[in-house]
Amino acid sequence: MEKTVNNRAWLLVLPVLAVVAFSAVIPLMTVVNYSLNDTFGNNQFFWAGLEWFEEMVTSDRLHDALGRQILFSAIILAIEVPLGILIALNMPKRGFWASLCLVLMALPLLIPFNVVGTIWQIFGRVDIGLLGHTLAALGIDYNYTNDPLDAWITVIVMDVWHWTSLVALLAYAGLQSIPEAYYQAARIDQASRWAVFRYIELPKMKGVLLIAVLLRFMDSFMIYTEPFVVTGGGPGNSTTFLSIDLVKMAIGQFDLGPAAAFSIMYFLVILLVSWVFYTVMTNLDRESGA
Amino acid sequence: MARITLDDLAHSYLPAPAGEADYALKRMTHVWEDGGAYALLGSSGCGKTTLLNIISGLLHPSEGRVLFGDRDVTGAPTAERNIAQVFQFPVVYDTMTVRENLAFPLRNRGRDAAYVADRVQSIARMIGMETALNRKAKGLTADAKQKISLGRGMVREDVNAILFDEPLTVIDPHMKWELRTQLKTLHRQFGHTMIYVTHDQTEALTFADKVVVMYDGRVVQTGTPEDLFERPAHTFVGYFIGSPGMNLFDARIEGDRARLPGGEVELAGHYDAAGAGRTRIGIRPEYAVLTAGQGLPVTIRRVEDVGRHRLVRAETAGQPVDIVVPEGMPIGAELTHVAFPPDRISVYADDWRIEGRAA
Repeated sequence: MEKTVNNRAWLLVLPVLAVVAFSAVIPLMTVVNYSLNDTFGNNQFFWAGLEWFEEMVTSDRLHDALGRQILFSAIILAIEVPLGILIALNMPKRGFWASLCLVLMALPLLIPFNVVGTIWQIFGRVDIGLLGHTLAALGIDYNYTNDPLDAWITVIVMDVWHWTSLVALLAYAGLQSIPEAYYQAARIDQASRWAVFRYIELPKMKGVLLIAVLLRFMDSFMIYTEPFVVTGGGPGNSTTFLSIDLVKMAIGQFDLGPAAAFSIMYFLVILLVSWVFYTVMTNLDRESGA
Repeated sequence: MARITLDDLAHSYLPAPAGEADYALKRMTHVWEDGGAYALLGSSGCGKTTLLNIISGLLHPSEGRVLFGDRDVTGAPTAERNIAQVFQFPVVYDTMTVRENLAFPLRNRGRDAAYVADRVQSIARMIGMETALNRKAKGLTADAKQKISLGRGMVREDVNAILFDEPLTVIDPHMKWELRTQLKTLHRQFGHTMIYVTHDQTEALTFADKVVVMYDGRVVQTGTPEDLFERPAHTFVGYFIGSPGMNLFDARIEGDRARLPGGEVELAGHYDAAGAGRTRIGIRPEYAVLTAGQGLPVTIRRVEDVGRHRLVRAETAGQPVDIVVPEGMPIGAELTHVAFPPDRISVYADDWRIEGRAA
């Protein structure tokens, strides 16, 4: 029997299309528009073609910011993922202390980003900050406002403080789902602590860790607020990550064309990396499942 | 390998057990002889798994000691006891292949590669998974995974004992029979002490030389399958072993007579049940005989044909009674009574069997 085709059903999709158009497509097209034109205000546009893209692709400034960005994401992932797992492994499994740990762990995640920035900005100050002042009193030469290394350390420690909880909580959820029988079997099989981690805990946590790494990569690659509040991208350009540079370019220098081209490439890079990452991880999963 | 002794052992999952009811395992002393094939039988929740976990060291007993031979291992960790245990539900290491899974306990003990390969091969043959050795364990079916778990349990030759905790629950019936036979063969070959937990009496009776029946945290009887059938030491054993279980009747015991509401039954000896709270007599359905006038009056409710024999569901003295009628014997209207041969009757005082003096 042939099914009747009723094209009026498409009308039901219209509301979603409208919402998506106004929330994503139209704003994005505005950026595309800016990236392909030059404007001097008064709503006058001059066709620039791919000029801005060419300028940005070859710009040392963008290359430097991208390099810093990649370095930053790599460092925080390398710290937060193992540290999060380590914390999750050592958290109490049940009872009052487990609840207390969960609440304490969740706290940094609930603080608004610019507040986190302000906290660390003050915390690290040499004149009045607890951390900065203490370090100075101990004779350690620490000053995030004029030493690039100190600035980096501050920004990284801040991110670790802010986001390790997320990894830990996800890993903890993964660990909680492992049936007790697995640990018992491992004891019977005389497995070492490392073998238990390697063959039971890690495989069972893989799914949540994939999500944790993906979230932390995307967030750290787009980081803006916290380092902006703490260092403002300095000293010099040493902590100017992609977002910070982009805002400087778009709002500080009002280079709308290059900034728009920059935005689009930035977006595509994140999309690409996330896609590659996700595909690789799910393929690994499928292979081991076959 | 060693004899395993549970000395004055008791276990409670509560931190401060008050009464006997708080104990999952009541105080007991029990010896598992070296090289025995034991079945540990009992209904769910009677403490079988608790007992196994105490032997393997997964659980520390609240009271008492566990001895391997003469050595006190109560405080020793599982690894040190060198025991194999197979759980009810399959546990496999997902990221490993079947081969690596089977080799895992041997590798952890640092055995050399040639020995490991050889052992894995023979275990794989035993569980019928030779062709699947290089597959990842992850995508396998539940019963294949359970076979791997069984294989991992059997791969070490030098274990003190192998404990099976209802290992065949997820295995399909014809494979069950085959694996049980394999376990028997393995037992004959290596002579490991094996303790096989189950609530399935057929499984218990076919696997074991000695059956240990547990009820409510207690070992109520240890014996050969024949002992359990002929002389159940506790009403639970009577009821649990046999299909259907033993008929039990409330009765007043007066010397060599048991007085039931519907009449009197002659016993094989003199019994002294004075002081007991509840006294009962028990008779296997296989030994109850339908007669034309001898014994207690009976009302037949239903006749079930179960193949080799027929099962009569009836009522006597206001209580249900099951009677097995041999093949070929007609069940006519003249069969109005049921007789109990005196030497087949067990007498119970407060659920425990008492022996009579010769008449």
